[in-house]
Amino acid sequence: MSQVTAKEHYSSIPPKRRSVNEKSFFQRLWKQMDIQLMVWPGVLLIFIFAYIPMYGVLTGFMDYNIFTGANIFENPWVGFKHFEDFFNAPQFWTIMRNTIVISLLKLLVGFPAPILLAMMLNEVRHRNFKRVIQSITYLPYFMSWVIVGSIVMSLLSTENGSVNMLLKGIGAIDESINFLSMKDYFWAILVSTNVWKDIGFNSIIFMAAIAGVNPSLYEAAEIDGASRFKQMYLITIPTIMPIIIIFMILAMGSLLSAGFEDILILAQNPSLRPVSDVIDTYVYRVGLQNQRYDFGVAVGLFRAVVSVMLLTIANYLARRTGNSLW
Amino acid sequence: MLFKRLGYTDRIMIVAIYVFLILLSFTALYPFWNTLIVSLNEGLDTAKGGVTFWPRAFTLSNYSTVFADDKLLNAFMITILRTVIGTISAIFMTTMLAYGMSKSYLIGRKFFTIFFIVTMYFGGGLIPTFLLIKSLGLMNNFLVFIIPGLISVWNMIIFRTFFKSLPAGLEESAQIDGCSNWGVYLKIILPLSGPVIATLGLFTAIAHWNDWFAPTIYITNQDLMPVQTVLRRLLNANLFNEASGNSTGTINSLTLETASKKSLTSKSLISATIMVVSLPIIAVYPFVQKYFVKGVMVGSLKE
Repeated sequence: MSQVTAKEHYSSIPPKRRSVNEKSFFQRLWKQMDIQLMVWPGVLLIFIFAYIPMYGVLTGFMDYNIFTGANIFENPWVGFKHFEDFFNAPQFWTIMRNTIVISLLKLLVGFPAPILLAMMLNEVRHRNFKRVIQSITYLPYFMSWVIVGSIVMSLLSTENGSVNMLLKGIGAIDESINFLSMKDYFWAILVSTNVWKDIGFNSIIFMAAIAGVNPSLYEAAEIDGASRFKQMYLITIPTIMPIIIIFMILAMGSLLSAGFEDILILAQNPSLRPVSDVIDTYVYRVGLQNQRYDFGVAVGLFRAVVSVMLLTIANYLARRTGNSLW
Repeated sequence: MLFKRLGYTDRIMIVAIYVFLILLSFTALYPFWNTLIVSLNEGLDTAKGGVTFWPRAFTLSNYSTVFADDKLLNAFMITILRTVIGTISAIFMTTMLAYGMSKSYLIGRKFFTIFFIVTMYFGGGLIPTFLLIKSLGLMNNFLVFIIPGLISVWNMIIFRTFFKSLPAGLEESAQIDGCSNWGVYLKIILPLSGPVIATLGLFTAIAHWNDWFAPTIYITNQDLMPVQTVLRRLLNANLFNEASGNSTGTINSLTLETASKKSLTSKSLISATIMVVSLPIIAVYPFVQKYFVKGVMVGSLKE
């Protein structure tokens, strides 16, 4: 038996045959050019609209002249000057407090609400009733913040707004309250409007999770004489707990996204700024409207870096709990 | 399960749940209903207060004023145009990309995948994007509504997953019959993807219809303003009036010139505009609801 090394083996194949089997890279590329042409427009678009702005983040380390052209490197580097300006800005702590408090409030109220709704809907045995309730509660989700905001303003208006009329009618207040100009009410209005808008739609995912619970668990519990309330408490909640935990942890990753459109719309009164200003609205107002682009970019970058850090931690936690079922 | 067979606490719980769900639906529906009623009521009569569930002095003049306003009509046209063009072109571009990406033999597929996924986690942010749009000359240009939104990476991944799940035999037999990849994409893949395209197309269309923020920063030309942005300006003007104690007065004549002639109030006109802006969504909503729900499920399967 003769030992043939790989080298000898390949050299024994005539060169002509090899080129038929192993086409060059460019030949293969040329052959699938039709498919490549389907992909390249998308790559180009994403390059322009997603990657070029990423590189534009460098202006946060420069003194940006608004009259510079496409080449941003004409601007002088200033290192972390704008970041220091932001940390030393008088509004810094207010903005950080508002950002964290608003997103925590949204998480605290807005997170359990759709879960509770899904559990309640699960107890409804009349199919048509259930379907109507679902349809109605999903509806606000599809309205823009302009519409939701204008409806909220109209409801809370001092001039015959329904809420003031109701409160006067039951004798809770004597004078109409201008809710949207008072700092004390802003967080409550913002959070409840968000819950109102999203509760129905966000419940869909938990409805699906509940639908996936094995029905024999409920049957067994019923035979054992467990009440409906006990079934909810001892079967439904524990079985959907893993998905709740994962969503909860992922929500923590967006702790610095307190909202943007909703706050812009609902907090139009400048006197609300001490409670309504969050990082995103601050970037918009100071960076874009006052044209302090370089400063705005720096603040936005600070937010993005912290968010990515939070998301990484959250992902790590999610993976750990994902393995250990409740 | 029969109500009678339930225990005492369970009965209380079930009743409480039904009552709560009815109340919740009421709070979800009442704001829209009240806006509708105010829009159908005479403005000066609404200003006297007490209009809640039913119109007291029925009129259609608020609507006729809204539809007589050239600026609002133009804004509607812009919104409709951007929704139709934006949705169709975005779905075409995204499915095309997804079809290419679904081919396992695509050279550079790994690289492209990472290239796209990265953008789901990192972005330049508001101001760098603004500066880019400015330097591309897209300010005050209708294309700013269309081009930046052509590719949605999230939708691309959903489409790609769906295309991969289609039976490979269909494609192979078409290719044996001499169909090119483009032919397969246009004649086989797209027609087979009806429900997914409907679902993601609806979400894209709603996003276009509801977008009010991008125009506020990219558009200064009145003639290019979509209706949501115009509505927001009306609200600002109204808020300004209310602050100066003039909310029952007539609306800022800049936007609605005919208002003062018919003694309409800003509140009733804004209500009519809100109704006209949200009506298309409310009207198609019952028919497309199952697609919305499907969309959530499609999205969550990816996680």
